[in-house]
Amino acid sequence: MTIETTKGKYNVIGTRPIRHDGYDKVTGRAIYGADIKLPGLLQGAVLRSPHAHARIKSIDTSAAKALIGVSAVITSADFPGAQDTLIDLGEGAINFRYASNNVMAGDKVLYKGQPVAAVAALDKNTALEAAALIKVDYEILKPVSTVMEALKQGAPIVLEDLEGQDLGEKIDGQTNQANHIRHEFGDVEKGFAEADIVIEREFDTAMVHQGYIEPHNATATWDEEGRVTIWTSTQGSFPTRRQTAGILRLPDSSVKVIPLEIGGGFGGKIPSYLEPVAAILSRETGRPVKLLMERTSVFESTGPTPGTWMSAKVGVKNDGTITAATADLRFDAGAYPGSPVGAGMMCVFSCYDIPNTRIDGYDVVVNKPKTAAYRAPGATQAAYAMETVVDEICEKLGMDPLEFRIKNAAKEGTRRADGPIHPIIGAVETHEAAKASDHWNTPLEKNGPDGKLRGRGIASGYWFNIGLKSAVTISVNEDGTVALTEGSTDIGGSRASIAMMAAEVLGITAEEVRPHVADSEGIGYTDVTGGSRTTYATGYAAHDAAQDVVVQLRERAAKLWDVEVDEIEFANGSYQSKSDPELRLSHKELASKLGSTGGPVVGSASVDPEGAGGAYSTQICDIEIDPETGKTDVIRYTIVQDVGTAIHPAYVEGQMQGAVAQGIGWALNEEYFLNDDGAMVNSSFLDYRMPTSLDLPEIETIIVEVPNPGHPFGVRGVGEVPIVPPVATVANAIHDALGIRLRTTPMNAGSILSALKAKK
Amino acid sequence: MVEKIRVRATLNGEPVDFLVAPYVSLLDTLRDELGLTGTKEGCNDGNCGACTVNLDGRIVDSCCVLGAEIDGSAVETIEGMAEPGKLHPLQQAFLEEAALQCGICTPGFLISAKALLDAEPHPSEDRIRFWLAGNLCRCTGYDKIVKAVQKAAESA
Repeated sequence: MTIETTKGKYNVIGTRPIRHDGYDKVTGRAIYGADIKLPGLLQGAVLRSPHAHARIKSIDTSAAKALIGVSAVITSADFPGAQDTLIDLGEGAINFRYASNNVMAGDKVLYKGQPVAAVAALDKNTALEAAALIKVDYEILKPVSTVMEALKQGAPIVLEDLEGQDLGEKIDGQTNQANHIRHEFGDVEKGFAEADIVIEREFDTAMVHQGYIEPHNATATWDEEGRVTIWTSTQGSFPTRRQTAGILRLPDSSVKVIPLEIGGGFGGKIPSYLEPVAAILSRETGRPVKLLMERTSVFESTGPTPGTWMSAKVGVKNDGTITAATADLRFDAGAYPGSPVGAGMMCVFSCYDIPNTRIDGYDVVVNKPKTAAYRAPGATQAAYAMETVVDEICEKLGMDPLEFRIKNAAKEGTRRADGPIHPIIGAVETHEAAKASDHWNTPLEKNGPDGKLRGRGIASGYWFNIGLKSAVTISVNEDGTVALTEGSTDIGGSRASIAMMAAEVLGITAEEVRPHVADSEGIGYTDVTGGSRTTYATGYAAHDAAQDVVVQLRERAAKLWDVEVDEIEFANGSYQSKSDPELRLSHKELASKLGSTGGPVVGSASVDPEGAGGAYSTQICDIEIDPETGKTDVIRYTIVQDVGTAIHPAYVEGQMQGAVAQGIGWALNEEYFLNDDGAMVNSSFLDYRMPTSLDLPEIETIIVEVPNPGHPFGVRGVGEVPIVPPVATVANAIHDALGIRLRTTPMNAGSILSALKAKK
Repeated sequence: MVEKIRVRATLNGEPVDFLVAPYVSLLDTLRDELGLTGTKEGCNDGNCGACTVNLDGRIVDSCCVLGAEIDGSAVETIEGMAEPGKLHPLQQAFLEEAALQCGICTPGFLISAKALLDAEPHPSEDRIRFWLAGNLCRCTGYDKIVKAVQKAAESA
């Protein structure tokens, strides 16, 4: 279902063409990172730490090097020692020195699974055998795994050289607190004093993984000129180039990244893990080297999103007006600083218009893998705290939760708690659409079969979206089709939506645009596919590049007819003379005359737009719980979301549905389960247990379109906000079913049974 | 070096005759020895279904079968699903229904879905969800995959 405000406005936008890269993907022809083959290719293997926290006393590689078929064995001693420089990757920043230690540990290992050595050999089994022959002497240290433990006096210190900050002041001595920042507005004490009801709650959430199905991979050559070429599955060729170059201490321009198809990322394929290692192995062997990560290591060494401790406090008047709110968000960054707590702080109160707010955010290092972006990083956790407190308030007030949210909704001109003023946003429209939905208006029978109990929950979420840099070129073929070259790696159908925007401008069909993702030497700098920026910013560039083509084609028509350019207008896909109606050529006809009017036409554009415009989603969930076993089934789910303009509605729905599925897994059973030694013990798909098709119902989608004035076609990012509400939505549904409020994730059968037992 | 084993089998309807080390999985055999990289590795321990192939009429995770085990068998992979110039109705439905995003799990889903429709030409939504529960997808939430299989079943 779509609530369309753009209906009838466009020819191509809003239709559902078959994606250009689809044929290769349903036939097995598409080449992903692991599929690449090169002459003389060596296979690599990485030896990883079995300990969560240990000092490396020595590494003996002699037996591995002596094995027949082994070409090279490397450790951190073979790395150049990256500089202490902070680089922004679009969705999070990295320090090159820490990034280098993360891909190959120095004198300490900080989490189970951290690489300590790597091997290149003639085949995979020899490489694995050699890795097993490497002897590492560890001095095992006590690990610290949670934020609150890490912040305690006397906690084990993860990074001995970390310079901690607290509200802009340097912390004296060693600490695990990388940072503490605060956003404060108004007078929260006065606001709480004005409130009739004040509720404050504390939350613990478990670390979870993005769970992309394709493991990380990288293949590299280091040639005699000192140039490095990387083939990989990445969310950004240019950010991979920057990270690899930074870790290897090479100029960016000495590294070429060739992006292959990418099998999911959700933020987790922004950091580089294997690329610099493969490059060093190639430098040592003079041959191309391929590294493929095994699933266990994907869990233990890449991704995750933080586990947290949070508190949220909200004050309201009896009429439902929010008077004040505070939040304390403490996120574990993993082994190196840089959790998405800042993004969580930007989102936590942003569904609402609250006059007095204070938000504290802590970035804390622990002995777990370095966290990476995961779809609206930080916002899901923050929404779990805020939206479950809001649900409790609505219950106390006896107020409809949608009415409460509409009454307090952020609007154009509302100041976000961290400072920016909201532009035109769709918070009210999204909530109104939820209120009008079939799901909300269909009463739920509270008693299910066999003593099962049912409940309905709702929650909302916000994500700010980002713009950043994108470049596009469009070459016109003589048959009127165009070749579109972009730098955004396509993680879920963005080639189609970007091609559609170019087609809309040029007055041709989506199929007449052939989109192509170029390598880092084939297109201008383009930031990551992340932050919900691709359809927005790369689509913006495609629009501008297509406009550039139109300008040049008008010049060709003027030349052809020997008239002034101003005399030519472009309308409905045709170039025509304003004064002589006989002079008229379609795009296709004019394209056929390029050879005789000056040669090829190539349009180009590079953009760095700032009007990304935030997005809202409201979600409704019905669950059925067996109170005997705690087993929970989601029996109906509806997601409502403002997408600005849905370019390709099927892929917009796909983003919404996929994020909800991830959010349901996060809510009900996904977690990093650590033993007392701080080691993850459920690092397989069997034990981590992501939702299967049998675990989920149909996921109903309601697209709301409040066009974004900051984009030529009104696009808002769509990929991230849909994962913000699900955990809170499920928690609120559990409360409705059982009368218990769960404030830790996962809300699995065990925690449901414990809470039921405690209630009795 | 371990001595390789000679294997003669039928792959996508054509005879194959190759040597493979006894410890190499069918997945690696297909990808590395026989050059068919359409079958994907997601976990290498039989839990994601990205490497699903059809072995003598049954769907299996090819990471949990040895290459040497297919001697005398018939194997179908994603590369054998379309006829020249014409997609299988499931492949067409996956495209039309936008049933893939990143596409890494798609070959496995298509192989499983084809086995389902071969066994049960008109499955209910429940039966589709049951048959596909051995294939993980992290992008789509399964909704459009289920609908694509329904559509293909209707068009058959």
